[in-house]
Amino acid sequence: MKTLDDLKALREKLKEDIRVRKNDGIKIIIGMGTCGIAAGAREIMSTILDEIATRNLQNVQVQQTGCIGMCEQEVLVDVIRPGEDRITYGKVDVNDAKRIVAEHVVNGRIVEDKVIGKIKQD
Amino acid sequence: MQHIRAHVLVCGGTGCKSSGSEKVEAAFRSEIEKMNLQNEIMVVETGCHGFCEHGPLVIVYPEGTFYCSVKEDDVKEIVEEHLFKGRIVDRLLYREPLTQEKVPTYSEIGFYKKQERIVLENCGVINPEAIEEYVALGGYEGLAKALTEMTPEGVVEEVKKSGLRGRGGGGFPTGMKWQFAAGSVNDKKYVICNADEGDPGAFMDRSVLEGDPHKVLEGMAICAYAIGADEGYIYVRAEYPLAIQRLEVAIKQAEEMGFLGNNIFGSGFNLTLHIKEGAGAFVCGEETALMASIEGKRGMPRPRPPFPAVSGLWGKPTNINNVETFANVANIIVKGADWYCGYGTEKSKGTKVFALTGKINNTGLAEVPMGITMKEIIYDIGGGINDGKKFKAVQIGGPSGGCLPEHLLDLPVDYDSLISAGAMMGSGGLVVMDEDTCMVDVAKFFLNFTQSESCGKCTPCREGTKRMLEILTRITEGLGREGDIELLESLAKNIKETALCGLGQTAPNPVLSTLKHFRNEYEAHIMEKRCPAGVCDKLANYVITDACKGCGLCAKGCPVNAISGTVKEKHIIDETICIKCGACMTACPFKAIVKA
Repeated sequence: MKTLDDLKALREKLKEDIRVRKNDGIKIIIGMGTCGIAAGAREIMSTILDEIATRNLQNVQVQQTGCIGMCEQEVLVDVIRPGEDRITYGKVDVNDAKRIVAEHVVNGRIVEDKVIGKIKQD
Repeated sequence: MQHIRAHVLVCGGTGCKSSGSEKVEAAFRSEIEKMNLQNEIMVVETGCHGFCEHGPLVIVYPEGTFYCSVKEDDVKEIVEEHLFKGRIVDRLLYREPLTQEKVPTYSEIGFYKKQERIVLENCGVINPEAIEEYVALGGYEGLAKALTEMTPEGVVEEVKKSGLRGRGGGGFPTGMKWQFAAGSVNDKKYVICNADEGDPGAFMDRSVLEGDPHKVLEGMAICAYAIGADEGYIYVRAEYPLAIQRLEVAIKQAEEMGFLGNNIFGSGFNLTLHIKEGAGAFVCGEETALMASIEGKRGMPRPRPPFPAVSGLWGKPTNINNVETFANVANIIVKGADWYCGYGTEKSKGTKVFALTGKINNTGLAEVPMGITMKEIIYDIGGGINDGKKFKAVQIGGPSGGCLPEHLLDLPVDYDSLISAGAMMGSGGLVVMDEDTCMVDVAKFFLNFTQSESCGKCTPCREGTKRMLEILTRITEGLGREGDIELLESLAKNIKETALCGLGQTAPNPVLSTLKHFRNEYEAHIMEKRCPAGVCDKLANYVITDACKGCGLCAKGCPVNAISGTVKEKHIIDETICIKCGACMTACPFKAIVKA
């Protein structure tokens, strides 16, 4: 460690490890109500967490939520990119989950065939 | 490998540890493992959040959910409901005392809303035993900037410009102190951190050391560079084992990463830091006594000058600042003096950490900008007085400080306003007192403290405080005489003017300030032999109320046979015989005996 820039480089690297404690970035929200869990939400969550780790994605948060009433459509996964609409995907399976991460989270392209709702964010 | 999606922060400050946070943390680890979530959830032990009243505290990120008073038995529910299913466990959320409203996240709680956390910015946010987390939040950038981009004179100038004043009590301008030490020519100089926090009710330095030790090390290193020191000591009480342990870990990690040691940041600047454990004598918080103690001598102050900046530890130029002062330095260097001056008042810049204790709802640590009113601290942050009682006074500045009564609550809290009101900033301990507190008894308590902590070197302090304590004791025992108040005042004046060090010079302050604001209570004790708050036992009158069933247990319990009466009828206490021991009150099963 010889210069201020060395320190700044180290800081950028270490920052990712505690990013979870800052409530920012892209949010992925998984429905973990009884209905969601019964439909396999746990497996979807593990898949998403694996994908994030494999792709070494920074700035992504994974949260869970309870039942929002569309039990028929479980597993539900929502993606919110900062400044964009909240997109709800329905009947998500393992493959869909991987596509959602690769397309929407990474590249910002909505996976249209799985979308069941859009909510305007203000 | 999986993405870590959630962090569970369990407070590991001394306050939360004593209410069982270690068991809570262990339970989290085992429950998380049981649910097979250990690869996606991280459990972190942090330093103090300051909200000690409601410990053990647990914060779950990314939501930032704030759980209070978490017991070992609650952990299973948090893991199953919140961490697995995402359902917040409602019953463990904080409720605002006035509205009973539940508050889900950290940042929305009234206790934190009015705070401005600069010194405490990382406390409760990072793992104090992981230097990586400190660096991730910008740690050691101040040191790097000072060493690679600034001259020592530039650093002193920046600290001077910031207006930072000593947070340990005196409020001496820090930059000036550094300039004196920097100006002393010598091949060996020392930097010392005074962590001998001893005021009753003050625990902010402990919390900073426990929660963010690197911030203090960084401040010391910047100071050492500015004054030209290559060796330093942290003088910390042995009663703070957790703080010592975390400091040891922090120094080792900083050495490994090259923030301490030789040729730091390639600048040719070297620094070695040692920890010196103090035995807990209050007088060792005085800088000359502290240095004597480090040298292995008896902890006694010596007259100044020479000041430590000229002749300090082992006769070498030395700069001493307290923990909170050093914790401000890194931010001043990184963000600049102008940024720092944006907080506070004209003559008191920045923030101050206060330890809220006594009869207040939110016991804990609060960092506020200088100039905020005492009312805001006590009511908006502290949540008001316990059990809906009436506020009487707040003692500020510990045994060297004074009491502020209700009509002074709108006073802005800064160094100079407090001095003019007969109190002082001190280290920032606030003891809140309600209507059930006897002010004479309070003065006696603090004087008893300084009297027993007096080192005995100078006569005014050794003998003077002893005589003052004798007078206060006899006043509270109903033996006060006319002229006692005047005698107290004259003793106080003499001690203030002639004692050798700060301990003696400020020891009479609690007596003087209670005399100033609550003279009528002293008079009631002396003239009417009455304690208005009903605290002083020897002045209490015990009375049997109509709730008496005539069981006779009180009469049996009375050691001087002062109680008479027939069975099944109300008994009577003969006040001329009664010795006010209170045994009858304890003996009565119907709570029919009260102090009047």
